[in-house]
Amino acid sequence: MSQVTGNIRSSLIGFGLIFPALVGFSLFYAWPAIRAIAISFTDWNLLSEPTFVGFDNYIEMVQDGQFWNGMKLSAYYVLLNIPLQVVLGLFLAVAMDRLTRSLFVKATVLLPYLLSNVLVAMVWLWMLDPILGIVNFFLDAIGIGRQSFLGDPEQALISVAAINIWRHMGLCAMLFLAGLQTIPRYLYEAASLEGASEWKMFRMITLPLLRPVMVFVLVTSVTGSFQIFDTIAVTTMGGPMDSTRVIVYYIIQNAFSFYKMGYASAMSMTLALVMLIYTLFQMKIMRASESDLA
Amino acid sequence: MTLLNPTQTQSALKKRFNVKRISLSRLLAWIILIVMLTITVFPLLFMTKTSFVPAEDLYTSANQLVPDNPTLVHYKKVFGLLDTDESIAAGGSGANINFGLSLVNSLIFTISIVIVQTFNSAMAAYAFARVPFYGSRVLFGAFVASMMIPGVVTLIPNFVMVRDLGLLNTHLGMVAPFLLMHGFAVFFMRQFFISMPKDLEEAAQLDGLNPLMIFFKIALPLSIGPLLTVATLTMINMWNEFLWPFLVTTEDSMKTLPVALQSFKSQAPQGQPDWGGLMAATVVATLPTLGMLLAFGGRIVESVQFTGGK
Repeated sequence: MSQVTGNIRSSLIGFGLIFPALVGFSLFYAWPAIRAIAISFTDWNLLSEPTFVGFDNYIEMVQDGQFWNGMKLSAYYVLLNIPLQVVLGLFLAVAMDRLTRSLFVKATVLLPYLLSNVLVAMVWLWMLDPILGIVNFFLDAIGIGRQSFLGDPEQALISVAAINIWRHMGLCAMLFLAGLQTIPRYLYEAASLEGASEWKMFRMITLPLLRPVMVFVLVTSVTGSFQIFDTIAVTTMGGPMDSTRVIVYYIIQNAFSFYKMGYASAMSMTLALVMLIYTLFQMKIMRASESDLA
Repeated sequence: MTLLNPTQTQSALKKRFNVKRISLSRLLAWIILIVMLTITVFPLLFMTKTSFVPAEDLYTSANQLVPDNPTLVHYKKVFGLLDTDESIAAGGSGANINFGLSLVNSLIFTISIVIVQTFNSAMAAYAFARVPFYGSRVLFGAFVASMMIPGVVTLIPNFVMVRDLGLLNTHLGMVAPFLLMHGFAVFFMRQFFISMPKDLEEAAQLDGLNPLMIFFKIALPLSIGPLLTVATLTMINMWNEFLWPFLVTTEDSMKTLPVALQSFKSQAPQGQPDWGGLMAATVVATLPTLGMLLAFGGRIVESVQFTGGK
């Protein structure tokens, strides 16, 4: 068999193997992404034919206070959610790494993440109920007094963040635990022979060597929580007084309640751009692909 | 471990370690662990308790761990065993979840996606790892990049396409965007195939097997572990997927569990929701997840941990 026919045969088999995945990629990722760009330049209510409107949707977007409010709320939500989730996850991972290899403990820690957003939101909606919720009974008992939580514009987004910290801190912990267990023990033994304190070992050994896991956790959890939707759809539906109308909720409302497909697409393209810039920035500043162990 | 011999280590440890400080840090670790486990488990216990509390006792029993007059009425409501009047008398909205049907819908949705998506992604991953073909690198890059597209971007065009094909309220329409591939699954399996020793495949090639047969007869059987990891992750994500099935199903008979739960909640009368009924519904919806955790706990924990390690 000549080199050329060998290459052609190999190419044919290659294409055969990727064909089903390629169909899925083209139909449900590539084509919709291109089509979303096209839709963003039209006025379209799903019933009549779309009409081309140039940059009108983007101009409307820049002037729309609700759009900026949504972006601001999503960013604020990330700030409420991620730092605490990562720190609690890290604490939990270090504690587990020290104390136990028990599968039961690991499974319990991971359980909230295995339950759907909808289910978790409903349980917390009940726990945070202003009148009957157990959290308010507790706050009353220790003298802080009752709070409205999801019903208060000041507290609603914080409450949504707390719900998702509960659902995700175990996942963070499990990811960090996997990272911790790749750090060679002799590093700690050597450091303690040198008289290093626990805190110093954590800062000088654990944290730097966890960096690849940290980048993964930060990139996925920041982009994920910027796109928060499910919990808000179940608990506050954007309210009270727009205090939880985050960007993805606003986009989906425009698309499927107001039938403004063009406007919703223009906003989602902008969201995609913001997420892309963030991801590239995060990977660059934290040198994602290199490990200090190598 | 290998730097010092055991006796040296021990004496050195005795000399250098402050025994008191170590036990203090262990104590601190235990406190963190116990507090976190309590915070994790408590809402689920509270949810379970509420599901047994009669509507009229909700206020008085809020701070009790075990209800005074436990009742099964909320579970009967959820399963539609009470007629509308009885259900409203027990604090309900008259709505019920067709739990059996939603469970079947969730199972069809999850299982079909897990099987087809994992298999297709593995096949593509093998081609990207082992079969040189024209455009391979560009396509792989594009597949991986598809992970970065926010879901809301493709949501509208996908909805329009599924609607135009007349697939709203069908199982095919529900699984369509997830069924054929996933960027992460392709990426993960390719990493595995690249790291796999080539000897067996080369021997098979000398025996005259083509790459297609090598994939099915050699690569696939050798990759059961990573395949299960990918399948488990897909299973978790799809079992909990809410937005897409919510958008493409309007008929109760097609709803998956998360969608059915959400609509059960939104049918509750304004003002005072039927907490007992809602919590009974969430308890029932938790059971399949608990079952899976009991059956495959180790596999699930391992799979989730794998994602961060790349």
